[in-house]
Amino acid sequence: MKPRQKRALFIIVGIAAVGLAVGLVLNALKDNVSLYFTPTQVYNKEAPQNRNFRIGGLVEAGSVKREKDGLTVHFMITDLKRSLPVVYKGILPDLFKEGKGVVAQGKMEADGQMHVSEVLAKHDENYMPPEAKDALKRAAAPQVVAPVAK
Amino acid sequence: MAINWFKYAAPINFYPLAGKLIPWFAILSALLCATGLYLGFVVAPADATQGEFYRIIFIHVPSSILSMFLYMIMAAYAAMGLIFNTRLSSMMATAIAPTGALFTFIALWTGALWGKPMWGAWWVWDARLTSELILLFLYLGFISLHASIDDPRRADRAAALLAIVGSVNVPIIYFSVKWWNTLHQGSTIKFTGTSMQITMQQAMFTMLAACWLYAMAIALTRVRSIILERERNTQWVAELAEVKQ
Repeated sequence: MKPRQKRALFIIVGIAAVGLAVGLVLNALKDNVSLYFTPTQVYNKEAPQNRNFRIGGLVEAGSVKREKDGLTVHFMITDLKRSLPVVYKGILPDLFKEGKGVVAQGKMEADGQMHVSEVLAKHDENYMPPEAKDALKRAAAPQVVAPVAK
Repeated sequence: MAINWFKYAAPINFYPLAGKLIPWFAILSALLCATGLYLGFVVAPADATQGEFYRIIFIHVPSSILSMFLYMIMAAYAAMGLIFNTRLSSMMATAIAPTGALFTFIALWTGALWGKPMWGAWWVWDARLTSELILLFLYLGFISLHASIDDPRRADRAAALLAIVGSVNVPIIYFSVKWWNTLHQGSTIKFTGTSMQITMQQAMFTMLAACWLYAMAIALTRVRSIILERERNTQWVAELAEVKQ
């Protein structure tokens, strides 16, 4: 083997080794690297107990209720399998909407609700003008009606 | 006729070639940038959920893409410098690093500006943002390590190792939104198609091309200075018209 081929082999083996090591570390730290837990994980007791953690999912449609003080909000975070009640007191971000993604940080309390101190809105990867969105809604409307007719 | 692939690996041949290419890249970049910004900020419609705020993507997305691509190119040049012992490859790696760092910084900065009104936070320690921040530190580390060693050939080798090891981070940035739960949204541009309105896409890809050409023009300008500095004791540099003056 020529010296330059040796060096090339050394670099390729080196990258593979470092890549493998980083892969194993990240796999071992999987739960710490993820920003939030899903409601299903919380029900399966995979989320930390008695400690702050982040919960993420969609705001369940029709679940947002405001208290009379105008600041305290109750809503459900769902991953479409399980949903979790959340209480938050504060100002919600602009993108916070029913059916949209959200990430909240807080603690599970004895009342079975999650009391959160921070709510972040999560945006999806779709970009479209408002007219296109209305068109999509109209197209989707019959599907929403269908189950009721059964 | 056999093509001599290594002809332009010699600084004496590459220096004038780069000089001829730079104006083309620079002019094209400026034209595309003007077109892209016009398309993005005037022609493209507002987004249904984000309103006007989404327009930051015309700067944010091209810079993020380039921050990752430039790192891979820099690491590839650094590896070529190690393997083939070519001076010019290492000079190219050194020339690309500041532009890569700049694009990484712009990506993080515009992301924070967008994050505050949209997410409700300037910064979140999610996998995408954190790995992009590590990328910035890798660029800065590469630049500082190279600058801290006096002998340029030894500096090339040391910095090359850092660049090569750091290249493991780039796939992590790209796939972070897939592998872990992140606040950052998933990829809009996928191999299977793009979930974005067509005018927005055109504006974004025009800006991407403009940024590519800018990066090439500026990296070549920088590599020409590096060539002059490192080869200043050679006969051909002494005979250059711009040096004689």
